[in-house]
Parts: sequence; C-alpha cells; structure tokens
Amino acid sequence: MQAAFDRDNPLEAWRQVVRPGEVVGLKVNCLAGKGISTNVPLVEAVCERLQQAGIKDIVIWDRLNSDLESARFRVNERGGPIRCFGNDTLGYEQELSTYGSVGSLLARTLTQVCDAVISLPVLKDHGIAGVTMALKNVFGAIHNPNKYHLDVGNPYIADVNMLAPIRSKFRLHICDATTAQYEGGPSFMPQWTWPYNGLLVARDPVALDYTGWQIIERKRAEKGMKPLKEMKREPAYIATAADAHHRIGINDPKKIEVMEV
Amino acid sequence: MKSEKGTLPETPSGMSIPDSTLVAVCDRRSFLRTAALPCIATCASAFVGGPLAAPLLAAPAAENDAQFVREAQFYEKLAYKKIKCKLCPRECVIDDRERGYCGARENRGGTYYTLVHSRVVTAHIDPIEKKPFFHVLPGTLAFSIATAGCNVNCKMCQNWEISQVRPEQVRATYAPPAKVAELARENRCPAIAYTYSEPVIFYEYVVDTAQAAHEVGVRSVVVTGGYVSEEPLKKLCKAVDAIKVDLKAYSEKFYKEVVNGELKHVLNTLVTIRKQGMWNEIVYLVVPTLNDSDQEFQGLARWIKSDLGPDVPLHFSRFHPEYLLKNLPPTPLETLERAKAIADAEGLHYVYIGNVPGHPAESTYCPKCRKVVVERLGYTVGAVHLKHGKCEYCHTPIPGLWS
Repeated sequence: MQAAFDRDNPLEAWRQVVRPGEVVGLKVNCLAGKGISTNVPLVEAVCERLQQAGIKDIVIWDRLNSDLESARFRVNERGGPIRCFGNDTLGYEQELSTYGSVGSLLARTLTQVCDAVISLPVLKDHGIAGVTMALKNVFGAIHNPNKYHLDVGNPYIADVNMLAPIRSKFRLHICDATTAQYEGGPSFMPQWTWPYNGLLVARDPVALDYTGWQIIERKRAEKGMKPLKEMKREPAYIATAADAHHRIGINDPKKIEVMEV
Repeated sequence: MKSEKGTLPETPSGMSIPDSTLVAVCDRRSFLRTAALPCIATCASAFVGGPLAAPLLAAPAAENDAQFVREAQFYEKLAYKKIKCKLCPRECVIDDRERGYCGARENRGGTYYTLVHSRVVTAHIDPIEKKPFFHVLPGTLAFSIATAGCNVNCKMCQNWEISQVRPEQVRATYAPPAKVAELARENRCPAIAYTYSEPVIFYEYVVDTAQAAHEVGVRSVVVTGGYVSEEPLKKLCKAVDAIKVDLKAYSEKFYKEVVNGELKHVLNTLVTIRKQGMWNEIVYLVVPTLNDSDQEFQGLARWIKSDLGPDVPLHFSRFHPEYLLKNLPPTPLETLERAKAIADAEGLHYVYIGNVPGHPAESTYCPKCRKVVVERLGYTVGAVHLKHGKCEYCHTPIPGLWS
C-alpha cells in the first residue's frame, strides 16, 4: 500500500482509500470454496489496517452465506465492528440498474450499507470468461450473473462495472494471488494451481486484470498449454472496459506501471 | 383481480389462489418483492365460479430448499466434475457449484439438479384464451403455474421479476404434482398451464405434473419460448396436450440482440412439434422498430405456411413497454393490422390480433365461409358455432382441441 500510494506510512496510504466513519465493504470471492478463495488471513490483515485508519464498521461480503462459510469465513450478520454475510441476508434492490447490455438488481449490501468497497478477488482463469479477477468480482453484487457469461462475458462484464454504485464505490482492488490457478477455473483444480505468493494491488481494475491475465498466460505457456485466445476464451471484456465508451481503466501495457515490491 | 399491467398476455392476473392455501416456505430468506404472490391475498369473492381451492400441503420447516431439488434430466457428465446440460440449445458447460444460464439448475459434485421442482412462485386461474390458446377448450379455465427462471433474457419480458431471477430470490410455495392436479380438478379447470416464466427450465416438474393431471382427467398446456433441444421436446410432446410458442421475431439479429438466443432453434422446435402431431399455436409479440417490418411478417407467414401448414394459429400481439424496453411505445394498432393483413394474404387461415380487446380479429372465422365460429371479446368467449370440430354453417373442419 505504501508503494502503491507513495506514502511513508501505511495508515496514510489506507487513508487515501477510506475515510474515518465510512462503512467499508470487503467484497471477497469464495465461489470455489476453501481451495482458491480469498484467504481469511489477508482479509484479517486488511481489517486491522482499516480499523487503525479509523474505520469502525467493516462488512465482509459475497454472494451467499454458504459460499463464505465454505471459504472458512464466519457469518456474522449483526453486531461488532466486523460483520460478514452474503447477499441472501439483505437481498437486492427492487429497481433495475441498467447500462448498455445489462440490467440487474444490485445487492443492498452495496447500495444501502457500504460507503466504500475494497475488492478482494483471486487470480485464476475462468472456463467461460477467460480470467476472473477484479472486473468479474463485481458479479457478486448483482442478482443475475448467470445471464452475463455469453460471448466470453463481453461486453457484459465491462457493462456491469459501469453501474453507478459499482463505479463509484469500488475504490481499491487487492487480488489475492497467494495461490493462483491457470486452468480449470472457476472451480478449484489443485493440479492447475501454483503458489504465486503475491498480491496485485491497484485502483484500476482494468490494469490489474490485464496484468493478472498476462501472469496466467505466462504460466500456461510454461506448462505447455495453449493461450486463452486459442481456447476461444480470450478475455476481450478487459479491452472493452478500457474503450472509449467505458474508460474504466487502462489496458495498454505501455501505460501500466507495474511496481514489484 | 386485474393485473396492474392491464391486459398483457401471460402476466400473472386473473383469479388468484387465496393466501391461506399457499404457504410460503422461504420466510427467512431475503427476497425480491413478491411480484406475483401479493395478488394471491384476495378474498373468496374474487373467484368466478368454483369453490375455494383446497389448502396445499403445510409448509415444511423454513429454508427447506431440499424439497425442491431433484436430479435433472438431459445432461452429460464430463471430466473434473463438470457437466454439460442438454436440455436446451445453449448446452451450458457447468463447473461444480455453478449454475447454467437459466439459474434454475445446478451442478453439485458432478451431478446436475433442478432446483425448482414443485417450487411454484405464482399460481392463478386464468381463461385459457389468455395464454393465448384460441383453439383449445374455448371458454374454459386454465390452472396456471410457474417457477422462477428462464433460458433466455428477452429485453421486453413482461414477467422478468420471476423469469430473470434465481429461485432463492423469490418467495415460493411447495406444490407437488399431485396437489396441483387436484387443485385444477377441484377448481373445474380442465387444463393446467405451465406459463409466465419458461416451462422448459422446470421441465421435470412439468412432465411429472402433466402425468399426475392426466390421472385425474386434467390436460396440460405449455406456454414456451421454444428454446429446447429436440430430445426433451419429443418427450414433452408425449406428456402434454398443446404447446404455444412465443416466436419473438423472424430474424437472427433480433434473437441475438434482444432475446440472447438464436432463431433457428425455435424454428426447429416448431417443426418438431408439428411432426409430433402436437397441437400448436404461435404468438408473435410485435415490438415497434425492432421486429415490425413487412419483410419479417411476410417471411414469417411464408415459412409457417410452407413448414408448418396454414392451419397453425398465429397471434400478433401488442407490446407494452417493460423491463429493458421501457423506452419504446406500445405497438400501434395499424402495425398489428398490417401484420395480420400480410399473413392473411400469404394464406394462413387463423391469424389473430392480441392485446386489443374488442378487435374483430380476436374471433375465429371459418376459412371457407368466413363466418364467425368462435366469438371472443377479450378473454371472454361468446357464441361458439362449431359442431364436432366443424363450422356449423359449411361443415369445414376447424382444427383444434375443442372438447
């Protein structure tokens, strides 16, 4: 965080993302269960720093309570400075949010509880969408993600990221790449994981996804596997997210600064 | 009880089953507004004829979703616990713990399950003309049910609040097949209609309920978008009595951009239904600027005549702004009349205009002598001039299921 925000003090870095008094959501990714989900110790470390930065109300959330529990999070729907629950606790808004090709009901956890969200995806490939990291982690905020996997998720994933509450509240992306997966995702396939042992941190989800995608492609090449384009699942939605209509972030490697810390 | 949406086809309306007879089983679940079930809280006076429906089974413990889960039909096991669904042309390949496009079927450890068997989200008693079926048991009532889910995502969906949600996102009632059949019989409904959302995705429930219904002398009719693979469709044709297909457009472009599907599969469905000897009617919802060209109407009519025959009823229905197409106006009457004129000119015998109550094109005319054989005003049937399925005047056979 210090490196990413060019601060000498970690709390000063965190205070660039959140403000005291805000309710901060941590959108984890627990779809695949305990094998390749956002790690509990990482989330605990983030919570610790947020609390030190003056945040008194943190909500760890994902799609379903059962998903959270499968990844070893403890569901706690009420009380305490840290709550943890799925969208099935509060449900969804009643009015559609629309942009481009998508129309969805947004999770009330996002729209009514959180002032800010830190996204905590994992680094893995996806059998339909190519890869699944920061941009696709927002699918946990809508009621109908299963409708948006056609055409390798393009332009749907980019369009979902344009929905106003998502665009405005997702402030930071920390991709848990402790364990990464290059094939067989989104399910946990241990034979295709490797201990990358890193984190990808960015404010720009497009740049993060592009960088993570290249990491996966390099691993696939190392293992003698075809690139995602040849498998007909190149994640073109990343370029769409960067295009003139969306401008969610940058996917040009010449313009992405990767700092290795 | 009038639907808030007026006289739109196949939105939950008509007589509703009293709340006391349907017991919600998902009380602790957070859910979307219960779009359909609130209209169930009506009193007995809302019924037109027939006794109150008998109570359904008592609700089991809350959150007992397991009662709705059955192993699905029509799927293939793949490596690494993946499955390929074979129910519809999407043929979703689904990882463990994931669902396909429809959201109503799930892979659990490499076995595929339907999550919506007996999981009714809306139940109403409607005139069968509302489906619309104009050549099936005219003037009778259809006990109409639906579960959540759909395998397309039409931007003009009139029932998106139940079709475009996952089962756990909307309140449901446990309504096993035998109970539905019994309710239909007790309410003097000669048919059960599987409708509102998409019966293909609650396939197993449809087939099981149709079987239970036949055992008590009740027929089954299906209202579908027709996005179904051939093998399950053939089996379905053996189980039910009539199928109405919503043909959204006669263009692949519309199917891709507005429906998120492919036209060719629906055309294949219509041909299969004909080959199976199943009674079929077609609805074409005319959406201004998107599927309302003369070229499409003509192409459609010619295809129907050549591939299905001129006796398949075709309903051109008026669109009302909804879901993701609220920016468009309702279909002008002139457009519907133009569509009908084109289809008539191509030689189709039974072309109707829907959602325009009082229009003369709601009635059925003998294709030979042009006299009215079934008079309709909205969903109400007036005089019927058929004798043993033939025009009373000139004795021309009028195809349909008349009794």
